[in-house]
Amino acid sequence: MAQEQQTEHVGLARVLGPAHVWALGVGIVLVGEYMGWNFAVGKGGAYAALIACWFAGILYSCVAMIDSEVTSTVAAAGGQYTQAKHIVGPLMAFNVGLYLVFAYTMLEAANAITVGFLVDTVATMSGHSGVLDQRPFIILAIMFLAWLNYRGVLATLTFNLVITAIAFSAVIILFLATSGIFTTSPLQHAELMSGPASLPYGWLGILAAMHFGLWYYLGIEGTTQAAEEVRSPARSLPFGTLAGVMTLAIAATLTWYVCSGLMPWEYLGQAGVPLFDAARLSGSTFLMVLLGIGTLFATLASANGCINDASRAWFAMGRDRYLPGWFGAVHPRYRTPYRAIIFLVPIALIFALGAPIDQVITFSILSGLLGYTFMPLNIILFRRKWPLDSIKRGYEHPFHPVPAFVLLALCGTTFFAVFLGYGTQLVAMIAFYIVVSLWFHFWRYRFVNRGAQFTMPWPKPRGY
Amino acid sequence: MAKYTAPVQSKIGQIIDVIVLLIMAIGALYIPLWLGMAGSSKEPVAIENPTWEALGQNPAMVGQWEKLGFSDPAAAAEMITARFDYSFSISSLIVMIVVIVGYYAILLRFSEKEYCDVIAEKFGE
Repeated sequence: MAQEQQTEHVGLARVLGPAHVWALGVGIVLVGEYMGWNFAVGKGGAYAALIACWFAGILYSCVAMIDSEVTSTVAAAGGQYTQAKHIVGPLMAFNVGLYLVFAYTMLEAANAITVGFLVDTVATMSGHSGVLDQRPFIILAIMFLAWLNYRGVLATLTFNLVITAIAFSAVIILFLATSGIFTTSPLQHAELMSGPASLPYGWLGILAAMHFGLWYYLGIEGTTQAAEEVRSPARSLPFGTLAGVMTLAIAATLTWYVCSGLMPWEYLGQAGVPLFDAARLSGSTFLMVLLGIGTLFATLASANGCINDASRAWFAMGRDRYLPGWFGAVHPRYRTPYRAIIFLVPIALIFALGAPIDQVITFSILSGLLGYTFMPLNIILFRRKWPLDSIKRGYEHPFHPVPAFVLLALCGTTFFAVFLGYGTQLVAMIAFYIVVSLWFHFWRYRFVNRGAQFTMPWPKPRGY
Repeated sequence: MAKYTAPVQSKIGQIIDVIVLLIMAIGALYIPLWLGMAGSSKEPVAIENPTWEALGQNPAMVGQWEKLGFSDPAAAAEMITARFDYSFSISSLIVMIVVIVGYYAILLRFSEKEYCDVIAEKFGE
């Protein structure tokens, strides 16, 4: 017991800089350009996916602005979970913690599925006949990255920085090679998006595309999970997060431009690895190999970041006894939340090995969306309980409360977009969170100390 | 306010809590799948002996389909004709809105009650 108490109070190591924050955010999300975003094309057509990309960009700009202000003030592991605990209340914090864990664990599972699919595609192109068993590759990817996370955060995120940079460069090179700047362009936007192919579902399709439009950026808010391990959180977190959103907006637009100019929307809307397919259609073997490697690196970087973020949220909830306290331990040598890392491995495997990828992605998007809906409530309460002159903030976001209301409106639109085509999943997911909330409030919360949860050196909130 | 001392949970109790949470989480995804209710309402339209023209594909599109390995229109027909059904009833939309708003209302109400206790114990009444 004494040893357990001791391990719980060992802090996480502060070793990360702004580049690591950028790599953590972009590394998780860049895979969204390599797979998944194109389901937005399937829900509304190519133009709808582009409009959804830009509206989702606005949504995430609001998320980054709001999150940067709160996180630069609440610099502790757990990110939005810790924010909710100090600003809204324990039950909201418990839910936000679960949003984070499930959004990232499902994203990790989707990445592992894509690794298996990519290996299968490459094997078929190399002359392999018959059905390739993808499961060993899925298991290997998750286990290897979990081991890397177990060994230490600096090595993990340095690894992410390198493979994210390579994957991002591959997108830029594909764009430059196909855009017509250097050689004749193979892109045929006018022909492939003419007639009914322009907006196959009309204006309703644009709304519906917002569902998978989130996938272009989903997970960028994960930068806040590293708050306790960043050397200068007030500077690094806003800089890393906002730079990440800008990077992704550029990468998403370039990706859309290349892919929609090479593939009919019906194919693009269902493709497993669209950027790799785009490289195949460019006719260049070099590009095909480069984008194959880029897809592999993007999925690995994303899964790597997801394990990092999900385990921090699980760890933080264990440390506060929102979950069994056993999870709140830090490895005595590597100083990582090793029990949380190990525990989440089989959960990722259950979903990666047993569920279709669009379901897994929808599960992840819904958890993310519930978290984004929490953020406007969070910032409004934060400003009300601790006005600007009451505590020092590392960053103050401009135009409050406009970003909060814009974010709330876009979240409402996206709920409707998910409802179009995936309504059952939406209701099942909300039902889960209602049941689990009742379980927490009436059972689990008795194991949580009350005043000790509030760890920030802030004055008493106004109105209490 | 008197300081609340949380009871220490037994190891078995901790394990049971984790199992309950896992069952609920896995159930949220798998139960709709098992019942066949989850997923997109996307259905292909059957066309006998489809041609590229009948599938609404122009020469540029046909060229790309062929490069992607679909030289026979029949092989691509299912992919091309599959469409989402976006029709919905107002009542199902209202149910969705009530469920989401109700969920956040429960969250805010219970959270506020718990938060008052936290602040009272931390800062005193």
